[in-house]
Amino acid sequence: MSANMVALAYLVASVFFILALKGLSSPESARRGNLFGIIGMGIAVATTLTLTQNWPLILGCIAVGGIIGAIVAQRVQMTAMPELVAFMHSLVGLAAVFIAVAAVNNPVSFGLPETLPAGSKLELFLGTFIGAMTWSGSVIAFLKLSGRMSGTPIVFTGQHMINLLLALIMIGFGLWFFFSDTTNWNAFIAMTAIAFILGFMIIIPIGGADMPVVISMLNSYSGWAAAGIGFSLGNPMLIIAGSLVGSSGAILSYIMCKAMNRPFLSVILGGFGSDGGAVAVDDGVQKTYRSGSAEDAAFLMGNADSVIIVPGYGLAVARAQHAVKELAELLHEKGVNVRFAIHPVAGRMPGHMNVLLAEAEIPYEQVQEMEEINSDFSNTDVVLVLGANDVVNPAAYVAGSPIYGMPILDAHKARTVMVVKRSMAVGYAGLDNDLFYMDKTMMIFGDAKKVVEHMVKAL
Amino acid sequence: MIGEIDPFIINLTVFVLAIFVGYHVVWNVTPALHTPLMSVTNAISGIILVGAMLAAGPAETDWGVWLGAVAVTLAAINVFGGFLVSQRMLEMFKKKEKKGNA
Repeated sequence: MSANMVALAYLVASVFFILALKGLSSPESARRGNLFGIIGMGIAVATTLTLTQNWPLILGCIAVGGIIGAIVAQRVQMTAMPELVAFMHSLVGLAAVFIAVAAVNNPVSFGLPETLPAGSKLELFLGTFIGAMTWSGSVIAFLKLSGRMSGTPIVFTGQHMINLLLALIMIGFGLWFFFSDTTNWNAFIAMTAIAFILGFMIIIPIGGADMPVVISMLNSYSGWAAAGIGFSLGNPMLIIAGSLVGSSGAILSYIMCKAMNRPFLSVILGGFGSDGGAVAVDDGVQKTYRSGSAEDAAFLMGNADSVIIVPGYGLAVARAQHAVKELAELLHEKGVNVRFAIHPVAGRMPGHMNVLLAEAEIPYEQVQEMEEINSDFSNTDVVLVLGANDVVNPAAYVAGSPIYGMPILDAHKARTVMVVKRSMAVGYAGLDNDLFYMDKTMMIFGDAKKVVEHMVKAL
Repeated sequence: MIGEIDPFIINLTVFVLAIFVGYHVVWNVTPALHTPLMSVTNAISGIILVGAMLAAGPAETDWGVWLGAVAVTLAAINVFGGFLVSQRMLEMFKKKEKKGNA
Protein backbone atom coordinates (compact mmCIF):
# COMPACT_ATOMS: atom_id res chain seq x y z
CA MET A 1 0.00 0.00 0.00
CA SER A 2 1.28 3.47 -0.81
CA ALA A 3 2.09 5.83 2.04
CA ASN A 4 -0.85 8.02 1.06
CA MET A 5 -3.29 5.10 1.13
CA VAL A 6 -1.99 4.10 4.56
CA ALA A 7 -2.44 7.65 5.82
CA LEU A 8 -5.99 7.78 4.47
CA ALA A 9 -6.90 4.45 6.08
CA TYR A 10 -5.49 5.76 9.36
CA LEU A 11 -7.67 8.86 8.99
CA VAL A 12 -10.76 6.67 8.60
CA ALA A 13 -9.75 4.70 11.71
CA SER A 14 -9.29 7.95 13.65
CA VAL A 15 -12.80 9.10 12.74
CA PHE A 16 -14.18 5.78 13.99
CA PHE A 17 -12.43 6.30 17.33
CA ILE A 18 -14.06 9.71 17.72
CA LEU A 19 -17.46 8.17 16.87
CA ALA A 20 -16.81 5.45 19.46
CA LEU A 21 -16.56 8.04 22.23
CA LYS A 22 -19.45 10.05 20.85
CA GLY A 23 -21.63 6.94 21.08
CA LEU A 24 -21.19 6.84 24.83
CA SER A 25 -23.33 9.97 25.25
CA SER A 26 -26.36 7.72 25.88
CA PRO A 27 -26.97 4.05 26.77
CA GLU A 28 -28.93 3.60 23.51
CA SER A 29 -26.06 4.52 21.21
CA ALA A 30 -23.27 3.16 23.40
CA ARG A 31 -23.08 -0.32 21.92
CA ARG A 32 -22.92 1.11 18.43
CA GLY A 33 -20.11 3.35 19.68
CA ASN A 34 -18.18 0.36 20.93
CA LEU A 35 -18.69 -1.33 17.56
CA PHE A 36 -17.25 1.76 15.83
CA GLY A 37 -14.21 1.48 18.05
CA ILE A 38 -13.74 -2.15 17.05
CA ILE A 39 -14.08 -1.28 13.34
CA GLY A 40 -11.55 1.54 13.70
CA MET A 41 -9.10 -0.79 15.40
CA GLY A 42 -9.64 -3.44 12.70
CA ILE A 43 -8.86 -0.94 9.94
CA ALA A 44 -5.77 0.30 11.78
CA VAL A 45 -4.37 -3.20 12.34
CA ALA A 46 -5.13 -4.46 8.81
CA THR A 47 -3.48 -1.39 7.29
CA THR A 48 -0.40 -1.72 9.47
CA LEU A 49 -0.05 -5.38 8.54
CA THR A 50 0.70 -4.35 4.94
CA LEU A 51 3.76 -2.47 6.23
CA THR A 52 5.24 -5.46 8.05
CA GLN A 53 6.87 -8.69 7.00
CA ASN A 54 6.69 -11.00 9.99
CA TRP A 55 3.03 -11.89 9.58
CA PRO A 56 3.12 -15.28 11.34
CA LEU A 57 4.89 -13.77 14.34
CA ILE A 58 2.65 -10.70 14.53
CA LEU A 59 -0.63 -12.53 13.96
CA GLY A 60 0.44 -15.22 16.43
CA CYS A 61 1.13 -12.60 19.09
CA ILE A 62 -2.18 -10.84 18.41
CA ALA A 63 -3.96 -14.19 18.74
CA VAL A 64 -2.26 -14.98 22.05
CA GLY A 65 -2.95 -11.51 23.44
CA GLY A 66 -6.48 -11.58 22.06
CA ILE A 67 -7.29 -14.89 23.72
CA ILE A 68 -5.91 -13.70 27.06
CA GLY A 69 -7.87 -10.45 26.73
CA ALA A 70 -11.08 -12.26 25.82
CA ILE A 71 -10.80 -14.66 28.76
CA VAL A 72 -10.12 -11.83 31.20
CA ALA A 73 -13.01 -9.76 29.81
CA GLN A 74 -15.35 -12.73 30.12
CA ARG A 75 -14.37 -13.77 33.63
CA VAL A 76 -13.87 -10.48 35.43
CA GLN A 77 -16.38 -9.65 38.17
CA MET A 78 -18.04 -6.28 37.75
CA THR A 79 -16.92 -5.41 41.28
CA ALA A 80 -13.34 -5.91 40.09
CA MET A 81 -13.56 -3.49 37.14
CA PRO A 82 -11.22 -0.92 38.75
CA GLU A 83 -8.48 -3.54 39.10
CA LEU A 84 -8.96 -4.67 35.51
CA VAL A 85 -8.74 -1.13 34.20
CA ALA A 86 -5.58 -0.46 36.24
CA PHE A 87 -4.09 -3.70 34.96
CA MET A 88 -4.80 -2.72 31.36
CA HIS A 89 -3.30 0.75 31.82
CA SER A 90 -0.11 -0.92 32.94
CA LEU A 91 0.01 -2.96 29.73
CA VAL A 92 -0.24 0.14 27.55
CA GLY A 93 2.58 1.76 29.53
CA LEU A 94 4.85 -1.25 29.24
CA ALA A 95 4.12 -1.68 25.52
CA ALA A 96 4.99 2.00 24.97
CA VAL A 97 8.37 1.49 26.65
CA PHE A 98 9.11 -1.62 24.59
CA ILE A 99 8.22 0.16 21.36
CA ALA A 100 10.43 3.11 22.25
CA VAL A 101 13.35 0.80 23.05
CA ALA A 102 12.83 -1.06 19.76
CA ALA A 103 12.75 2.29 17.93
CA VAL A 104 16.03 3.37 19.51
CA ASN A 105 17.51 0.00 18.55
CA ASN A 106 16.32 0.01 14.94
CA PRO A 107 14.88 3.37 13.81
CA VAL A 108 14.71 2.27 10.16
CA SER A 109 11.90 -0.21 10.81
CA PHE A 110 9.72 2.72 11.86
CA GLY A 111 10.63 4.76 8.79
CA LEU A 112 13.00 6.95 10.82
CA PRO A 113 16.57 7.82 9.70
CA GLU A 114 19.43 5.47 10.72
CA THR A 115 20.83 8.00 13.22
CA LEU A 116 17.98 9.46 15.20
CA PRO A 117 17.44 13.20 14.66
CA ALA A 118 17.22 15.37 17.77
CA GLY A 119 13.44 15.79 17.44
CA SER A 120 12.82 12.03 17.38
CA LYS A 121 15.08 11.57 20.39
CA LEU A 122 13.05 14.09 22.36
CA GLU A 123 9.78 12.40 21.35
CA LEU A 124 11.11 8.96 22.24
CA PHE A 125 12.25 10.32 25.58
CA LEU A 126 8.75 11.65 26.28
CA GLY A 127 7.01 8.46 25.13
CA THR A 128 9.33 6.29 27.21
CA PHE A 129 9.11 8.13 30.47
CA ILE A 130 5.34 8.59 30.33
CA GLY A 131 4.99 4.90 29.43
CA ALA A 132 7.31 3.78 32.22
CA MET A 133 5.50 5.90 34.81
CA THR A 134 2.14 4.63 33.57
CA TRP A 135 3.33 1.07 34.00
CA SER A 136 4.73 1.27 37.50
CA GLY A 137 2.00 3.63 38.73
CA SER A 138 -0.71 1.31 37.41
CA VAL A 139 0.92 -1.71 39.02
CA ILE A 140 0.74 0.01 42.42
CA ALA A 141 -2.85 1.10 41.74
CA PHE A 142 -3.72 -2.48 40.77
CA LEU A 143 -2.14 -3.89 43.95
CA LYS A 144 -3.96 -1.34 46.11
CA LEU A 145 -7.33 -1.83 44.41
CA SER A 146 -7.18 -5.62 44.53
CA GLY A 147 -6.26 -5.53 48.21
CA ARG A 148 -2.87 -7.17 47.64
CA MET A 149 -1.35 -4.02 49.06
CA SER A 150 -2.75 -1.86 51.85
CA GLY A 151 -4.70 1.17 50.68
CA THR A 152 -3.18 3.33 53.40
CA PRO A 153 -0.91 6.01 51.99
CA ILE A 154 2.82 5.43 52.36
CA VAL A 155 4.33 8.75 53.38
CA PHE A 156 7.71 9.75 54.76
CA THR A 157 9.51 13.03 55.30
CA GLY A 158 11.26 14.51 52.32
CA GLN A 159 9.13 12.44 49.97
CA HIS A 160 8.33 15.29 47.61
CA MET A 161 11.96 16.44 47.62
CA ILE A 162 13.11 12.94 46.68
CA ASN A 163 10.54 12.77 43.88
CA LEU A 164 11.62 16.16 42.60
CA LEU A 165 15.26 15.11 42.73
CA LEU A 166 14.48 11.87 40.86
CA ALA A 167 12.59 13.84 38.22
CA LEU A 168 15.53 16.21 37.77
CA ILE A 169 18.01 13.32 37.49
CA MET A 170 15.71 11.67 34.96
CA ILE A 171 15.58 14.86 32.89
CA GLY A 172 19.38 15.09 33.18
CA PHE A 173 19.81 11.62 31.67
CA GLY A 174 17.23 12.56 29.04
CA LEU A 175 19.31 15.59 28.05
CA TRP A 176 22.44 13.44 27.93
CA PHE A 177 20.61 11.04 25.59
CA PHE A 178 19.35 14.00 23.59
CA PHE A 179 22.77 15.63 23.08
CA SER A 180 24.76 12.47 22.38
CA ASP A 181 25.77 12.12 18.73
CA THR A 182 25.42 8.34 18.68
CA THR A 183 22.75 6.24 20.37
CA ASN A 184 23.52 6.62 24.06
CA TRP A 185 22.11 3.45 25.62
CA ASN A 186 23.48 4.19 29.09
CA ALA A 187 21.58 7.44 29.31
CA PHE A 188 18.44 5.92 27.82
CA ILE A 189 18.40 2.94 30.20
CA ALA A 190 19.14 5.09 33.26
CA MET A 191 16.37 7.48 32.30
CA THR A 192 13.87 4.65 31.81
CA ALA A 193 14.80 3.02 35.12
CA ILE A 194 14.29 6.26 37.02
CA ALA A 195 10.94 6.80 35.29
CA PHE A 196 9.83 3.36 36.53
CA ILE A 197 10.86 4.24 40.10
CA LEU A 198 9.15 7.61 39.85
CA GLY A 199 5.89 5.92 38.84
CA PHE A 200 5.99 3.82 42.04
CA MET A 201 6.91 6.82 44.18
CA ILE A 202 4.10 8.98 42.87
CA ILE A 203 1.32 6.48 43.55
CA ILE A 204 2.35 5.00 46.94
CA PRO A 205 1.36 8.09 48.99
CA ILE A 206 -2.14 8.19 47.50
CA GLY A 207 -4.81 6.59 49.67
CA GLY A 208 -7.67 4.24 48.87
CA ALA A 209 -10.36 6.95 48.77
CA ASP A 210 -8.47 8.84 46.09
CA MET A 211 -8.34 5.82 43.79
CA PRO A 212 -11.06 7.17 41.44
CA VAL A 213 -8.75 10.11 40.73
CA VAL A 214 -5.65 7.95 40.39
CA ILE A 215 -7.27 5.52 38.00
CA SER A 216 -8.60 8.38 35.84
CA MET A 217 -5.19 10.00 35.89
CA LEU A 218 -3.46 6.80 34.80
CA ASN A 219 -6.10 6.46 32.09
CA SER A 220 -5.01 9.87 30.92
CA TYR A 221 -1.30 8.94 31.10
CA SER A 222 -1.82 5.82 29.01
CA GLY A 223 -3.34 8.02 26.31
CA TRP A 224 -0.47 10.51 26.42
CA ALA A 225 1.98 7.60 26.21
CA ALA A 226 0.27 6.44 22.99
CA ALA A 227 0.30 10.01 21.66
CA GLY A 228 4.00 10.32 22.54
CA ILE A 229 4.78 7.18 20.55
CA GLY A 230 2.67 8.64 17.74
CA PHE A 231 4.92 11.71 17.69
CA SER A 232 8.06 9.52 17.58
CA LEU A 233 6.72 7.51 14.68
CA GLY A 234 5.15 10.49 12.92
CA ASN A 235 1.79 8.69 13.01
CA PRO A 236 -1.22 11.07 13.26
CA MET A 237 -3.63 8.22 14.06
CA LEU A 238 -1.68 7.33 17.21
CA ILE A 239 -1.60 11.01 18.11
CA ILE A 240 -5.36 11.41 17.64
CA ALA A 241 -6.32 8.21 19.49
CA GLY A 242 -3.84 8.98 22.27
CA SER A 243 -5.12 12.54 22.68
CA LEU A 244 -8.73 11.38 22.85
CA VAL A 245 -7.85 8.97 25.66
CA GLY A 246 -5.60 11.52 27.32
CA SER A 247 -8.26 14.22 27.44
CA SER A 248 -10.92 11.72 28.51
CA GLY A 249 -8.84 10.64 31.50
CA ALA A 250 -8.04 14.24 32.36
CA ILE A 251 -11.73 15.21 32.34
CA LEU A 252 -12.63 12.24 34.55
CA SER A 253 -9.87 13.20 37.00
CA TYR A 254 -11.27 16.72 37.10
CA ILE A 255 -14.84 15.47 37.71
CA MET A 256 -13.64 13.18 40.50
CA CYS A 257 -11.60 15.92 42.20
CA LYS A 258 -14.54 18.27 42.02
CA ALA A 259 -16.83 15.65 43.56
CA MET A 260 -14.43 15.36 46.49
CA ASN A 261 -13.81 19.12 46.59
CA ARG A 262 -10.08 18.51 46.58
CA PRO A 263 -7.52 20.28 44.42
CA PHE A 264 -5.93 17.92 41.92
CA LEU A 265 -2.46 18.82 43.17
CA SER A 266 -3.24 17.81 46.75
CA VAL A 267 -4.59 14.45 45.58
CA ILE A 268 -1.43 13.84 43.60
CA LEU A 269 0.83 14.89 46.46
CA GLY A 270 -1.06 12.30 48.48
CA GLY A 271 -1.24 11.41 52.13
CA PHE A 272 -4.98 11.99 52.53
CA GLY A 273 -6.54 9.70 55.12
CA SER A 274 -3.32 9.18 57.04
CA ASP A 275 -3.58 12.24 59.27
CA GLY A 276 -7.22 13.11 58.61
CA GLY A 277 -8.20 11.53 61.93
CA ALA A 278 -6.02 13.98 63.81
CA VAL A 279 -7.79 16.93 62.20
CA ALA A 280 -11.17 15.80 63.46
CA VAL A 281 -11.31 17.16 66.98
CA ASP A 282 -12.56 14.66 69.50
CA ASP A 283 -14.85 16.65 71.78
CA GLY A 284 -14.60 13.96 74.45
CA VAL A 285 -18.37 13.51 74.64
CA GLN A 286 -19.46 9.92 74.28
CA LYS A 287 -21.96 10.13 71.44
CA THR A 288 -24.81 7.69 71.43
CA TYR A 289 -26.37 5.99 68.47
CA ARG A 290 -29.37 3.77 67.97
CA SER A 291 -28.96 0.37 66.40
CA GLY A 292 -31.68 -1.85 65.04
CA SER A 293 -32.21 -5.10 63.23
CA ALA A 294 -32.71 -5.77 59.55
CA GLU A 295 -36.29 -6.80 60.34
CA ASP A 296 -37.11 -3.43 61.93
CA ALA A 297 -35.65 -1.70 58.91
CA ALA A 298 -37.64 -3.86 56.52
CA PHE A 299 -40.83 -3.04 58.41
CA LEU A 300 -40.16 0.70 58.21
CA MET A 301 -39.32 0.59 54.52
CA GLY A 302 -42.32 -1.56 53.72
CA ASN A 303 -44.63 1.08 55.23
CA ALA A 304 -42.90 4.06 53.66
CA ASP A 305 -44.10 5.94 50.58
CA SER A 306 -40.64 6.72 49.26
CA VAL A 307 -37.23 5.14 49.81
CA ILE A 308 -33.88 6.31 48.45
CA ILE A 309 -31.01 3.83 48.53
CA VAL A 310 -27.50 5.28 48.69
CA PRO A 311 -25.01 2.62 47.60
CA GLY A 312 -21.30 2.95 48.35
CA TYR A 313 -18.13 0.96 48.12
CA GLY A 314 -19.34 -1.36 50.90
CA LEU A 315 -22.00 -2.65 48.51
CA ALA A 316 -19.35 -3.53 45.95
CA VAL A 317 -17.15 -5.25 48.52
CA ALA A 318 -20.05 -7.34 49.81
CA ARG A 319 -21.22 -8.03 46.20
CA ALA A 320 -24.69 -7.12 47.43
CA GLN A 321 -26.01 -5.65 44.18
CA HIS A 322 -28.27 -8.64 43.37
CA ALA A 323 -29.74 -8.76 46.87
CA VAL A 324 -30.39 -5.02 46.65
CA LYS A 325 -32.23 -5.50 43.40
CA GLU A 326 -34.55 -8.03 45.07
CA LEU A 327 -35.17 -5.62 47.91
CA ALA A 328 -35.96 -2.81 45.49
CA GLU A 329 -38.36 -5.03 43.55
CA LEU A 330 -40.21 -6.17 46.66
CA LEU A 331 -40.61 -2.60 47.86
CA HIS A 332 -41.74 -1.56 44.42
CA GLU A 333 -44.43 -4.24 44.48
CA LYS A 334 -45.64 -2.84 47.78
CA GLY A 335 -46.13 0.50 46.05
CA VAL A 336 -43.06 2.15 47.54
CA ASN A 337 -41.28 4.65 45.30
CA VAL A 338 -37.70 3.27 45.31
CA ARG A 339 -34.80 5.17 43.81
CA PHE A 340 -31.02 4.99 43.93
CA ALA A 341 -28.83 8.02 44.53
CA ILE A 342 -25.32 7.84 43.08
CA HIS A 343 -22.52 10.08 44.29
CA PRO A 344 -19.88 10.69 41.60
CA VAL A 345 -17.11 9.12 43.71
CA ALA A 346 -19.15 6.19 45.04
CA GLY A 347 -17.14 3.05 44.38
CA ARG A 348 -13.55 2.87 43.27
CA MET A 349 -13.79 4.33 39.80
CA PRO A 350 -16.03 6.79 37.91
CA GLY A 351 -19.45 5.27 37.19
CA HIS A 352 -18.66 2.08 39.10
CA MET A 353 -21.99 1.99 40.99
CA ASN A 354 -24.00 2.45 37.79
CA VAL A 355 -22.38 -0.63 36.29
CA LEU A 356 -22.99 -2.72 39.41
CA LEU A 357 -26.66 -1.71 39.50
CA ALA A 358 -26.95 -2.34 35.76
CA GLU A 359 -25.46 -5.79 36.27
CA ALA A 360 -28.22 -6.51 38.79
CA GLU A 361 -30.74 -5.35 36.16
CA ILE A 362 -32.03 -2.42 38.16
CA PRO A 363 -33.96 -0.22 35.69
CA TYR A 364 -31.89 2.85 34.93
CA GLU A 365 -34.73 5.33 35.44
CA GLN A 366 -34.54 4.39 39.14
CA VAL A 367 -30.86 5.29 39.27
CA GLN A 368 -30.21 9.01 39.66
CA GLU A 369 -27.14 11.22 39.86
CA MET A 370 -26.51 13.51 42.80
CA GLU A 371 -27.70 16.74 41.12
CA GLU A 372 -30.95 15.13 40.00
CA ILE A 373 -32.00 13.69 43.33
CA ASN A 374 -30.48 15.86 46.05
CA SER A 375 -33.47 18.18 46.43
CA ASP A 376 -35.79 15.19 46.94
CA PHE A 377 -34.22 13.91 50.16
CA SER A 378 -36.16 16.37 52.33
CA ASN A 379 -39.50 14.83 51.32
CA THR A 380 -38.36 11.22 51.41
CA ASP A 381 -39.52 8.87 54.16
CA VAL A 382 -36.55 6.51 54.40
CA VAL A 383 -32.96 6.70 53.19
CA LEU A 384 -31.04 3.44 53.23
CA VAL A 385 -27.27 4.02 53.20
CA LEU A 386 -25.47 0.87 52.08
CA GLY A 387 -21.75 0.89 52.72
CA ALA A 388 -21.28 4.60 52.06
CA ASN A 389 -19.87 7.04 54.60
CA ASP A 390 -18.03 10.20 53.60
CA VAL A 391 -20.42 10.96 50.71
CA VAL A 392 -23.31 11.37 53.21
CA ASN A 393 -21.35 13.13 55.96
CA PRO A 394 -23.09 16.42 56.85
CA ALA A 395 -19.71 17.66 58.14
CA ALA A 396 -19.26 18.82 54.54
CA TYR A 397 -21.48 21.79 55.49
CA VAL A 398 -19.42 22.68 58.57
CA ALA A 399 -16.69 25.24 57.96
CA GLY A 400 -13.33 23.99 59.17
CA SER A 401 -14.08 20.33 58.60
CA PRO A 402 -11.52 18.56 56.42
CA ILE A 403 -14.24 17.73 53.93
CA TYR A 404 -15.91 21.16 54.10
CA GLY A 405 -17.33 22.10 50.72
CA MET A 406 -17.44 18.59 49.32
CA PRO A 407 -20.75 18.04 47.54
CA ILE A 408 -22.65 15.33 49.43
CA LEU A 409 -25.93 13.46 49.15
CA ASP A 410 -28.29 15.15 51.60
CA ALA A 411 -29.34 11.91 53.30
CA HIS A 412 -29.58 13.71 56.67
CA LYS A 413 -32.60 15.67 55.40
CA ALA A 414 -34.80 12.57 55.05
CA ARG A 415 -37.38 11.70 57.71
CA THR A 416 -35.66 8.45 58.68
CA VAL A 417 -32.12 7.35 57.93
CA MET A 418 -30.90 3.78 58.06
CA VAL A 419 -27.24 3.02 57.75
CA VAL A 420 -25.91 -0.46 57.03
CA LYS A 421 -22.28 -0.66 58.08
CA ARG A 422 -19.89 -3.25 59.38
CA SER A 423 -18.86 -1.17 62.39
CA MET A 424 -18.73 2.41 63.66
CA ALA A 425 -15.30 2.77 62.03
CA VAL A 426 -14.57 6.01 60.22
CA GLY A 427 -14.54 6.34 56.43
CA TYR A 428 -11.52 7.05 54.29
CA ALA A 429 -11.47 10.70 55.22
CA GLY A 430 -10.83 9.52 58.80
CA LEU A 431 -13.81 11.52 60.02
CA ASP A 432 -16.59 10.71 62.38
CA ASN A 433 -20.00 11.01 60.70
CA ASP A 434 -22.63 13.00 62.61
CA LEU A 435 -25.31 11.40 60.47
CA PHE A 436 -24.87 8.19 62.49
CA TYR A 437 -25.70 9.95 65.78
CA MET A 438 -28.86 11.76 64.69
CA ASP A 439 -32.08 10.91 66.52
CA LYS A 440 -33.75 9.76 63.33
CA THR A 441 -30.87 7.48 62.38
CA MET A 442 -30.86 3.73 62.90
CA MET A 443 -27.60 1.81 62.52
CA ILE A 444 -27.76 -1.76 61.26
CA PHE A 445 -24.47 -3.54 61.73
CA GLY A 446 -23.34 -6.35 59.49
CA ASP A 447 -22.20 -7.32 56.04
CA ALA A 448 -24.26 -5.36 53.48
CA LYS A 449 -25.26 -8.46 51.55
CA LYS A 450 -26.43 -10.44 54.60
CA VAL A 451 -28.34 -7.50 56.02
CA VAL A 452 -30.13 -6.88 52.73
CA GLU A 453 -30.95 -10.59 52.42
CA HIS A 454 -32.48 -10.47 55.92
CA MET A 455 -34.54 -7.46 54.88
CA VAL A 456 -35.78 -9.31 51.81
CA LYS A 457 -36.78 -12.25 53.98
CA ALA A 458 -38.60 -10.01 56.45
CA LEU A 459 -40.59 -8.42 53.67
CA MET B 1 4.85 25.69 1.22
CA ILE B 2 3.55 22.55 2.95
CA GLY B 3 6.80 20.78 2.11
CA GLU B 4 8.78 23.34 4.07
CA ILE B 5 6.89 22.72 7.30
CA ASP B 6 8.62 20.51 9.84
CA PRO B 7 6.55 17.31 10.26
CA PHE B 8 6.64 17.97 14.00
CA ILE B 9 4.54 21.11 13.50
CA ILE B 10 1.99 19.16 11.49
CA ASN B 11 1.84 16.50 14.21
CA LEU B 12 1.49 19.21 16.83
CA THR B 13 -1.44 20.68 14.88
CA VAL B 14 -3.14 17.28 14.83
CA PHE B 15 -2.40 16.80 18.53
CA VAL B 16 -3.90 20.12 19.64
CA LEU B 17 -7.01 19.74 17.49
CA ALA B 18 -7.52 16.15 18.69
CA ILE B 19 -7.42 17.32 22.32
CA PHE B 20 -10.19 19.81 21.56
CA VAL B 21 -12.27 17.11 19.88
CA GLY B 22 -11.68 14.77 22.83
CA TYR B 23 -12.60 17.49 25.31
CA HIS B 24 -15.94 18.21 23.68
CA VAL B 25 -16.87 14.61 22.97
CA VAL B 26 -16.05 13.38 26.48
CA TRP B 27 -18.04 16.09 28.28
CA ASN B 28 -21.09 14.73 26.49
CA VAL B 29 -20.63 11.23 27.91
CA THR B 30 -23.35 10.50 30.46
CA PRO B 31 -21.95 9.97 34.00
CA ALA B 32 -23.71 6.59 34.18
CA LEU B 33 -21.38 5.36 31.45
CA HIS B 34 -18.10 6.60 32.91
CA THR B 35 -16.86 3.09 33.65
CA PRO B 36 -17.52 1.87 30.08
CA LEU B 37 -15.90 5.11 28.91
CA MET B 38 -12.74 4.10 30.74
CA SER B 39 -12.74 0.60 29.32
CA VAL B 40 -13.39 1.86 25.77
CA THR B 41 -10.63 4.45 26.02
CA ASN B 42 -8.46 1.69 27.42
CA ALA B 43 -9.08 -0.36 24.32
CA ILE B 44 -8.44 2.68 22.13
CA SER B 45 -5.11 3.38 23.81
CA GLY B 46 -4.33 -0.17 22.69
CA ILE B 47 -3.83 1.58 19.31
CA ILE B 48 -0.22 1.47 20.42
CA LEU B 49 -0.52 -2.02 18.89
CA VAL B 50 0.24 -0.33 15.57
CA GLY B 51 3.62 0.85 16.85
CA ALA B 52 4.31 -2.58 18.31
CA MET B 53 3.56 -4.24 14.95
CA LEU B 54 6.08 -1.96 13.23
CA ALA B 55 8.67 -2.91 15.87
CA ALA B 56 7.98 -6.59 15.23
CA GLY B 57 7.84 -6.03 11.47
CA PRO B 58 11.37 -6.26 10.01
CA ALA B 59 12.29 -9.54 8.29
CA GLU B 60 15.74 -9.80 9.90
CA THR B 61 14.91 -10.75 13.47
CA ASP B 62 17.05 -9.19 16.19
CA TRP B 63 16.12 -8.64 19.85
CA GLY B 64 14.24 -5.48 18.92
CA VAL B 65 11.80 -7.57 16.91
CA TRP B 66 11.20 -9.88 19.86
CA LEU B 67 10.63 -6.89 22.09
CA GLY B 68 8.13 -5.69 19.51
CA ALA B 69 6.44 -9.10 19.56
CA VAL B 70 6.00 -8.89 23.34
CA ALA B 71 4.57 -5.38 22.92
CA VAL B 72 2.14 -6.70 20.28
CA THR B 73 0.90 -9.33 22.75
CA LEU B 74 0.47 -6.79 25.57
CA ALA B 75 -1.35 -4.30 23.35
CA ALA B 76 -3.58 -7.05 21.94
CA ILE B 77 -4.67 -8.00 25.47
CA ASN B 78 -5.69 -4.39 25.89
CA VAL B 79 -7.54 -4.09 22.61
CA PHE B 80 -9.50 -7.34 22.93
CA GLY B 81 -9.97 -7.15 26.69
CA GLY B 82 -11.04 -3.50 26.55
CA PHE B 83 -13.59 -3.81 23.76
CA LEU B 84 -15.03 -7.10 24.99
CA VAL B 85 -15.47 -6.01 28.57
CA SER B 86 -17.09 -2.78 27.34
CA GLN B 87 -19.44 -4.85 25.22
CA ARG B 88 -20.29 -6.97 28.23
CA MET B 89 -21.03 -3.94 30.39
CA LEU B 90 -23.05 -2.16 27.72
CA GLU B 91 -25.18 -5.29 27.24
CA MET B 92 -26.22 -4.89 30.87
CA PHE B 93 -27.39 -1.38 30.21
CA LYS B 94 -29.37 -2.68 27.26
CA LYS B 95 -31.21 -5.41 29.16
CA LYS B 96 -32.33 -2.81 31.61
CA GLU B 97 -33.80 -0.69 28.84
CA LYS B 98 -35.99 -3.53 27.59
CA LYS B 99 -37.25 -4.12 31.09
CA GLY B 100 -38.04 -0.46 31.52
CA ASN B 101 -40.06 -0.40 28.32
CA ALA B 102 -41.97 -3.57 29.02
